[in-house]
Amino acid sequence: MKASAFSYARATSVANALELLVAYGDKAKVLSGGQSLMPAMNLRLISPELIVDIGEITELRGIAVRGDILSIGALTRHVDLLRSPEIAAHAPLLTEAAAHVAHPAIRNRGTLGGSLAHADPASELPASVVALNATIVVSGQTGERRIAAGEFFTGIYETALSAQELLIAVEVPVAQKNSAHFFHEFARRHGDYAIAGLAAQAIVQAGLFTELRAAFFAVGDRPILAKAATKLINIRITPAVLAEASATLGEELDPQEDQQASAAMRRHLAKILLARCASALLGPPAAGGPV
Amino acid sequence: MTVASANPDRLTVLDRPNSYIGKVVPRPNLERLMQGRGLYVSDMELPRMAHVVFLRSPHAHAKIIGIDAVEARRMPNVIAVVTGRELATVITPWVGVLSHLKGLKSAPQHAIAIDRVCWQGEAVAAVVATSRAVAEDAAESVRVEYQELDAVTDMRAALDPETPVIHPSLGDNLAFERNLDAGAVDAAFAESDEVAEADFIFGRHTGVTLEPRAVVADWNIAEQRLTVYQGTQAPHMVQNIAALHLGLADSQVRVVCKDVGGSFGIKVHIYADEMATYALSKLLRRPVKFVADRVESFNTDIHARDHRCKGRIGVKRDGTITAFEIDDLTGIGPYSMYPRTSAIEANQVVNLVGGPYRTKNYRARARVVFQNKNLMCQYRAVGHPIACSVTEGLVDLVASKIGMDPVEIRRRNLIADDAYPCASPSGLRFEQLSHHAAMSKLMTMMGYDALRAEQTALRKKNIHHGIGIASFIEVTNPSAAFYGVGGARISSQDGVAVRLDATGSVICQTSITEQGQGSESLTAQIVGSVLGVSMERVRVILGDTDNTPYGGGTWASRGAGIGGEAALQAAKILRKNVLDIAATILQSSPAELDIVNNAVVTASDGSPRIELRELARIVYFRPDTLPPGIQAELMATRHFVPREYPFAFTNGVQASWIEVDTDTGFVKLLKHWVVEDCGTIINPQLVDEQIRGGVVQGLGAALFEKCIYDERGQLTNANMADYLVPMSGEMPDIDVGHVVSPTTESELGAKGAGEAGTAGAAAAVANAVNDALKPFGAIITEIPLTPQVILTALGRI
Repeated sequence: MKASAFSYARATSVANALELLVAYGDKAKVLSGGQSLMPAMNLRLISPELIVDIGEITELRGIAVRGDILSIGALTRHVDLLRSPEIAAHAPLLTEAAAHVAHPAIRNRGTLGGSLAHADPASELPASVVALNATIVVSGQTGERRIAAGEFFTGIYETALSAQELLIAVEVPVAQKNSAHFFHEFARRHGDYAIAGLAAQAIVQAGLFTELRAAFFAVGDRPILAKAATKLINIRITPAVLAEASATLGEELDPQEDQQASAAMRRHLAKILLARCASALLGPPAAGGPV
Repeated sequence: MTVASANPDRLTVLDRPNSYIGKVVPRPNLERLMQGRGLYVSDMELPRMAHVVFLRSPHAHAKIIGIDAVEARRMPNVIAVVTGRELATVITPWVGVLSHLKGLKSAPQHAIAIDRVCWQGEAVAAVVATSRAVAEDAAESVRVEYQELDAVTDMRAALDPETPVIHPSLGDNLAFERNLDAGAVDAAFAESDEVAEADFIFGRHTGVTLEPRAVVADWNIAEQRLTVYQGTQAPHMVQNIAALHLGLADSQVRVVCKDVGGSFGIKVHIYADEMATYALSKLLRRPVKFVADRVESFNTDIHARDHRCKGRIGVKRDGTITAFEIDDLTGIGPYSMYPRTSAIEANQVVNLVGGPYRTKNYRARARVVFQNKNLMCQYRAVGHPIACSVTEGLVDLVASKIGMDPVEIRRRNLIADDAYPCASPSGLRFEQLSHHAAMSKLMTMMGYDALRAEQTALRKKNIHHGIGIASFIEVTNPSAAFYGVGGARISSQDGVAVRLDATGSVICQTSITEQGQGSESLTAQIVGSVLGVSMERVRVILGDTDNTPYGGGTWASRGAGIGGEAALQAAKILRKNVLDIAATILQSSPAELDIVNNAVVTASDGSPRIELRELARIVYFRPDTLPPGIQAELMATRHFVPREYPFAFTNGVQASWIEVDTDTGFVKLLKHWVVEDCGTIINPQLVDEQIRGGVVQGLGAALFEKCIYDERGQLTNANMADYLVPMSGEMPDIDVGHVVSPTTESELGAKGAGEAGTAGAAAAVANAVNDALKPFGAIITEIPLTPQVILTALGRI
């Protein structure tokens, strides 16, 4: 279990990293926290010619609030997400999601940018940024692009990021008054990739959802922003309402089958998650509400 | 920890002032290992040492048409690429059969496959280079042409006439069959008020050791001697087997076992890649290192427990169990493992089913079949989890049918604590077990009635908790009955040599081995206690065929009971020798003297007479001052093997308290209890941690661990992300209690404790899950109990 020989470059700046990425294209891989890249290389699933280590690029670090935007550098480690007071105040969904990412040793190394660029459909942070309606900022030699999180993830390990671009930051709208969030995942063990998970951001007023962005993960090839959530907007949630939303959710999801769960089981768990989200954020309804 | 001695008045040589027996003392090797100063095989570097990587078959069953290694051989720093045919000039094949398992058959297995591969992961070539990385690079450029053959993967179809026979020379795919019919089973079922039956399915899993299998083999052509550094549980067995197949005398092979990062039975076998490594060292005349990587470990470390067992139980309305019947089927891969064979687990299942209970009516059939998957063999608690899950699952099923509480039906059927000695229907002889005392203790520890009340209250809130109970028996301290009688050169006796050195310290050489369970500690505790020497003065040497007495090693829960007794007897002799000399020096008599705290004292009042240091000085440097004719002997050796009973059976009972989320199928382990009886407890902490570690491996089987093969014989989850080992986050608190019934076969009175935890944990959890699901009418007799399995049983998906 040794990686094939590769060349290594420690990029000194974003511009320097981009030069290397343009020169090597698909043959280069960006090393951020290395928590997915290194195992894949050691298993010889991938054998890049060049590793571009961006770990020393200070401009990719930092968490800052600018107006109503929370900007998070791509190199922000999961442990920093977990501990940041700014994130806890303005995007608590991320704080909660980060706690579900693997184990402390991995959270100490893994980065937000790395997780998003890797785009594992079962991981927590891609769904969270979709739920938060965040913007992914990428840099290329022709300048920066801003991509809505909902447009960024295009498939299993596939994103709108080209091989010549670098993900540099994530911009999250700061939480508004009355905002609420829900995060839960079903995993066989603490720290495992989820069998099914939900990251949701909502606005709750007078016991109703006025807004609900429910991003499911591990139930498709990318985070799925459920259209079924619209069935729960501005309506008193009764068992019938929930059943209709659940049915819609079941129809719009097309989950994969794997060793942990059949497609039917994933669909079932997604429905449970939607119900538990409603129950957690609106409280148990009076007359036999969400389970 | 709580201990209740069944025999508190029994005073032995161990009940001495300053005894370490029954005390928690730190392990002598703790600091060394905690400071990272251990020496594992992976740490070893020898001059001119090469690294071998095995190119392994991607197919479950295929003919090898050709191997093209021209490019690999040309690569820089590649020393050799060796095929099976080339290696066969150095090492002979083997057949994993033993004569006491009548009818067991297998085919010759080579260190590296020659014409044909029989499982995905079997080695087809060895690539030897100056580093592992170079060898891996070279292995990628070796081209092997295969012709795929039909793979036999489903054990249920292995015996069908249309299924290909893996080894045509054997005639069929049946490796072994055993039938047993005791008592009057048909009549017993006919007279039963209720009969329950079920198919129990067990997932194939493996013992994931923290340190993988690792070996450095060093053939010294000048000495004509092979030194094997290996993390093994049985150094003398490895010595014998390596010598046998390399055409050497045993004396030409030395096996050294340094620190070992976990074994669990995984490292008690002879693996083809390890044999190949010995042979490569001989062929290439230099040290060769093989360290399995994690993918190789999953594909080649023995698997276990792939069983499907039909079970049937009869009961009278008063709860009396009338009969057990089982039909067990297991698939062991393409060969019977060498040299302990792959028939032992099924054989144990036949032996152990119904073991805790009184009924004499028992019928069993076990069939062991070949298939194109990795080999199966003995892993911690061989056969016990299967037998316990079937027995205890059936007991719960039938109790439910007659509306009897699971504890009550067990109390009515467990062999009475005063009924010993006695024997099971399968012929197992029990010296002294304590099922009822253990059950009573368990009830107190867990607060059974209060838990039942809590369960009832929670049901009303739609929260579903379950209680599962599992009584078990455990095979420990095996005599020659296990392997020796079948012709295996695997020692069932162990030896210990103890010597007092010139400064009054003690060197102790033992043939048992240390893989983390505390063999070193328990040996020092026994020797220190018996001699009257403080433990820090006792140095224990293990794991070296040149430097320890001949013996079996550490497996099948034999280290403490057998090796510990040898240590006790050797220390007793040395103590006598020391007192004889002391009496001469002090002009006293040995009977008036004792050794306490590193000094000879007057036995009656403890007054100090002569320090051991001073006595040793006289013996070694001034023997001229001793009376004429005195020849002091400050080294003593004793060996021990149980002679009266083939096995020292132990017993115990486990309980599990769980919650099932009936919406999601997830099981939460809330609490686990074990009461067990391993006789004399030498170090309570070591015993408790053996129990807890064993339970965790059993919980892994119950909920998480499974080697998932596809229909073509591909292992699809051979990594630590997809193969789920139990992790601390999911583990419950595990309370351990003891009943103490020492064996009278030895002065020490210790039986084994290594299998107990694993034996009953899965059965307890499965019974608890079924208890939780009772209102839903769902019964599950399959492990692992995954959310998918549970949701399916509940009809939710």
